[in-house]
Amino acid sequence: MSEMRRVTAIRNGTVVDHIPSGRAMQVIRLLRIDTDRSTPVSLVMNVPSDKIGRKDVLKIEDRELSHKELDRLALIAPSASIAIIRNHAVAEKMMVELADDLVNIARCSFSNCITINDREPLPQRMRVVSRDPLEIRCYYCGRGQDIEELIEKIL
Amino acid sequence: MGDLVTMDDLSNEEIVSVLDDANRLLPVAKGALHLPLLEGKVLANMFFENSTRTRMSFEAAMKRLGGSVLNFSSVGTSVAKGETLYDTMQMIDGYADIAAIRHPRQGAAQYSADSVEIPILNAGDGAGNHPTQTMLDLFTINNSHGSLNGLNVILVGDLRYGRTVHSLSHALVRFGASLTMVSPASLRMPKEIVSDLRSHGAEVNEADSLQDQIPDADVIYMTRIQKERFPDEDEYSKVAGIYKLRASDLSGAKKEMIVMHPLPRVDEIDPSLDSTDHAKYFEQAFNGVPTRMALLCRSLGVEVPKKVS
Repeated sequence: MSEMRRVTAIRNGTVVDHIPSGRAMQVIRLLRIDTDRSTPVSLVMNVPSDKIGRKDVLKIEDRELSHKELDRLALIAPSASIAIIRNHAVAEKMMVELADDLVNIARCSFSNCITINDREPLPQRMRVVSRDPLEIRCYYCGRGQDIEELIEKIL
Repeated sequence: MGDLVTMDDLSNEEIVSVLDDANRLLPVAKGALHLPLLEGKVLANMFFENSTRTRMSFEAAMKRLGGSVLNFSSVGTSVAKGETLYDTMQMIDGYADIAAIRHPRQGAAQYSADSVEIPILNAGDGAGNHPTQTMLDLFTINNSHGSLNGLNVILVGDLRYGRTVHSLSHALVRFGASLTMVSPASLRMPKEIVSDLRSHGAEVNEADSLQDQIPDADVIYMTRIQKERFPDEDEYSKVAGIYKLRASDLSGAKKEMIVMHPLPRVDEIDPSLDSTDHAKYFEQAFNGVPTRMALLCRSLGVEVPKKVS
């Protein structure tokens, strides 16, 4: 627990724990909190973890992330655990869960997919065809996605 | 609901039922019988990429059943001016009752199906799927062998970019076929497709040599190495002309073995084979008409009479 004290506890907000080491910046991007200048965010990277070796931790103040927002996390941090903090106490605990259908989360990485034209108006869609090992395919073109490449293509 | 984007849109029972319908429609396809089942209906042939057989057999199928056809080609139209597929399809949603779409980009058929109300038939999307071709292939195999079950099928040539073999192999394994895939290393079947096929419990083998496969084959399905799908000429010239089948190669083949090809051929099948009983590729091309007639009826919710006379 001493690792958690590298930054002060928050009064209200969301703590995202057990993010794979080095992935916190991607989580920030994925949750779109990088563009929100009013939310204080504390970031701890590469701290030891009994569960996953080394981990990143994010503390987001005065904002409770929704289930929908958190589900998107599963793409890059499937083992992350979430705590909603109210008045310094854990009010709710959640685990991330990868949906079967990923809508407008990432862009297909196949250069000949119909969705490559960004003027096409329908949403980007991916289907999760297997969870372990993680296998994701574009709903339109059916191409299997490289997960690392997909993370780079997060919308 | 009446969309046909991939073979997953048809259950095995539906496949068998469409093949039955197509068989009953054979005399209509040949012009021997007049049966205007689709009178008043309009098919939009949306071809964003060249096609001869597919486009014409869709047109023949629709017209033989009394319907009419709007032909679209992307050359010199608003598509050339940068119109999105979504916008083009909105237009056709108002003009036609059903559309067949061919497009160079993969996923275009699913995208179209999600863009409009009318049923969409995938007539080939990039290196993706070509399910109406698969249906006519199954029709040809079924009518030659009397069944689809348990056949030994050899797929030859461009298995990487060849959408025809992608759709066909999915369908064949559902009917218990064993597949042997013969291709140069650079044109192997995509790994996600092979993994899908094996997950159906199918026996799938890969091989480099065609000759070794001939004695045990029930079907040899040849494909053209598609020059237009290669990123550069050098890569193409390394594999062009690698598989050639001549009449003399088939001396050890089973008597009832059939040779198929989606056409056009370049030099994969020597003309010496055309006059043998094994050659089924021209009949296969004709079979596009009755099969697409049956598929048009299915998608438009029109029942083919149990007795066609």
